[in-house]
Amino acid sequence: MTAIGQAFDRVDGAIKTTGAAKFSADQTYPGLAHAALTHASTARGRITEIDTTDATRVPGVLAVITHHNAPKMKMPSVGLMPPVFGTTVVCLNTDEVHWDGQPVAVVVAETQEAARAAAARVRVSCSPLPSAVDFSTAEAKPQKNSMLQAGSARKGDALAALESAPVAVDREFTTPPHNHNAIEPHTTTAVWDGDRLTVHEPTQNIGGVRRTLSAAFGVPIDKIRVVSEHVGGGFGGKGLVWPGTILAVLAARVTGRPVRLVLTREGVYRTVGGRTPSVQRVAIGADREGRMTSLVHTSVTRVGRTGGGPEGVTIQSSHLYDARNILLRQNIAEVDLLANTFMRAPGEAIGTFALESTVDELAHELHMDPIDLRMRNEPTRDPIGDKPFTRRNLRAAYELGAKEFGWEQRTPQPRSMRDGQWLIGWGVATAFHPPVHLVANASLRFSTDGTALLRCGFHEMGMGAATAQAQITADALGIPFEAVRVEHGDSSLPAGPMAGGSNQTGSVAAAVHTLAPKLRRALGGEISVEALARKRKPYVEVSIGADSPLGRATGQARLMSKFLRDRRKGVRAVTGAQFCEVRVDADTGEIRVSRWVGAFDCGTVINPKTAASQLRGGIVLGIGAALSEETLVDPRTGRIMNPSLAEYHLPVHADVPEIDVHWLDEPDPTMPAGLLGVGEVGVTGAAAAVANAVFHATGKRVRDLPITLDKVV
Amino acid sequence: MRVNGEPVVLDVPPQVSLLDGLRDRLGLTGPKKGCDQGACGACTVLADGERIVSCLALAVQYEGREITTIEGVASLPDGAALQREFIRRDGFQCGFCTSGQICSAIGMLAERDSDAPPTRDEIREGMSGNLCRCGAYNGIVDAIEEVAT
Ligand code: FES
Ligand code: FES
Repeated sequence: MTAIGQAFDRVDGAIKTTGAAKFSADQTYPGLAHAALTHASTARGRITEIDTTDATRVPGVLAVITHHNAPKMKMPSVGLMPPVFGTTVVCLNTDEVHWDGQPVAVVVAETQEAARAAAARVRVSCSPLPSAVDFSTAEAKPQKNSMLQAGSARKGDALAALESAPVAVDREFTTPPHNHNAIEPHTTTAVWDGDRLTVHEPTQNIGGVRRTLSAAFGVPIDKIRVVSEHVGGGFGGKGLVWPGTILAVLAARVTGRPVRLVLTREGVYRTVGGRTPSVQRVAIGADREGRMTSLVHTSVTRVGRTGGGPEGVTIQSSHLYDARNILLRQNIAEVDLLANTFMRAPGEAIGTFALESTVDELAHELHMDPIDLRMRNEPTRDPIGDKPFTRRNLRAAYELGAKEFGWEQRTPQPRSMRDGQWLIGWGVATAFHPPVHLVANASLRFSTDGTALLRCGFHEMGMGAATAQAQITADALGIPFEAVRVEHGDSSLPAGPMAGGSNQTGSVAAAVHTLAPKLRRALGGEISVEALARKRKPYVEVSIGADSPLGRATGQARLMSKFLRDRRKGVRAVTGAQFCEVRVDADTGEIRVSRWVGAFDCGTVINPKTAASQLRGGIVLGIGAALSEETLVDPRTGRIMNPSLAEYHLPVHADVPEIDVHWLDEPDPTMPAGLLGVGEVGVTGAAAAVANAVFHATGKRVRDLPITLDKVV
Repeated sequence: MRVNGEPVVLDVPPQVSLLDGLRDRLGLTGPKKGCDQGACGACTVLADGERIVSCLALAVQYEGREITTIEGVASLPDGAALQREFIRRDGFQCGFCTSGQICSAIGMLAERDSDAPPTRDEIREGMSGNLCRCGAYNGIVDAIEEVAT
């Protein structure tokens, strides 16, 4: 029996349920000191005075570091690859303030309490400079096309086709900023030993932390060790290096002590970017049979003036519908706020909300079932590039989901289904996410006790990555799952890929599939204890990639050639059908999500237990985006007004119904083991499914997230 | 006070929270700090069997009390069973909220005055002070239901 496809319990189950798992804030060192940050409260300005007298007097304070006494640091140069740090501002090396919340001092003390008390006593005066912080009035410019993301795409003349379409809907949507809100706040524990540095840091990009710190402190990369064994949730928020990490390392350097900096929750909001807000237009023209003649999707998102990137809001719109004419365009507004960053399914999470809501509106106009409408426009090749799909069976996903949900029981008229006080609505939407594929270095060892050891510096932030890789390795070597051990989350291991874009499982699996035959050859053709005994060695180990300047350059070259090869192969994506039932109180407008079915075409599923959890987790995030999540930015000052878990409302237990997830389990022929990453697809389409269900329940179409009760009464 | 059955002396200034006392002074890092303001539940521990968010509790107020953290729950009724079922039902992903979820579940089950097993909705309601950003809610409810019935 193969290990792939079996619902093994997570390999880290025992340590995570007993409190034994050591997260970054749990690392102790003799002489550990604690740091805390002081933030600026100006959107843009110059520090005129920074008074540290009171802070220094707090008992236990070891140092108060500001731009007056901080050593010089620098950010790594940005090459061809996307940057690995969140903002270009070198905090504490400048008297300029670029966003409200920018750290302007770091206090180091013997205890956390002293550090925080002292940080609150640093007095900062700023003379303000003109700033633009209001996204709704900021000027937007077209996004340029780059190798990584197209800012625009077109086929035919979509605007003219829209004019002449027998049926057309043309709508505007808005989505607010979101924050990742991993329950583990960003935490750095930094220890210098001469010019060697060890950093415990929850990160999705060990290599990025190393590169950034190497540049910032002028230390060769191989003197820096980054340890990140357990990450308490990331969702994109731990993908780049943000100021806290650098400042903790700085604090350790200045004081000569091991230093831990745990960001306060407010500190996370103010120094780690979140998801950009968006304004989107989606217009669809169709004939009376529902065949789309025109699809227009445009967006405006924001970046910070000192960092952030474009959000691929329109990406799914170039792949989902076989419209004869398509026009996509992304625009970007620059503001004086903290840089935005990627958050679970950047682009598609909010792009599918607008697109899939509009498709639902069109179905309503046409008096057509929304699934039927989608299937009439299901493409056989990629609509814009005319490339093949590596696999696509969205039709089967819809059939499966509709059956499980009982969709044929739905009466199409809004407000036609009711249970006493509750208006019932059923909504549906398409999920879409293209997992990326990166490269991983790794080593694989087979020992005399019959066990294998996979070593790869990949990241475990709850995906079940170590468990899945043990399954993949077991099958690749033909040994039992229990005989595989996996080491991960440490820069002293062969370098893994960053965890992002749902790439990690596939990228590491590719390395395992390269190593397994190598190991077999090294053992003379068979993986067995006997074969190893003939070699007279305690173990045989093979590896791929090297942690040296040359090895890293070769890795980059491997990555680029894979990227280009993949692009030629066609469009690779996970698709799915999200079904949602809501209950809306007829008087108060209270909205409860009461049922959910998701059916996905996501390649081979390595572990049904952990894959289901990942898909569910994405859907929960989507329910939050649909109904409650919103980061409020004061349009006058640029200050985040709700930087806490009490005021930013994540879904809680009571908000989440049973989420029933299914998949087709058909392999993707272009991927190792046929797998596709499922970490992000769950969130896509989810907000639209809720919005469509709310419309079906109430007859009210809400186009501005979150769908709060005031918008439906 | 007693922590996980052992007598301990925790000599801290009055402003130190029970959470920081446990984590920084006693080295019990199972309870986690997710918000430090009572909003996430990651720091939940049991005080004489009742669940509290230890970030909002001052250590000095718990003089003479019996504190149980995740490190000690295996010896409580339901403790070990919950730990086992959290694994079997995949009641966590990253694991950062898990200590709080398990301690909270023990406290919630003890709060009930009915002998009938809790419904899933009751579990959801009773556990709503414990956030899980990974969205492992279904598995958590499965695990608690399994243990409570
Ligand atoms: S840390 Fe105590 S409730 Fe969040
Ligand atoms: S398991 Fe990650 S927050 Fe709950």
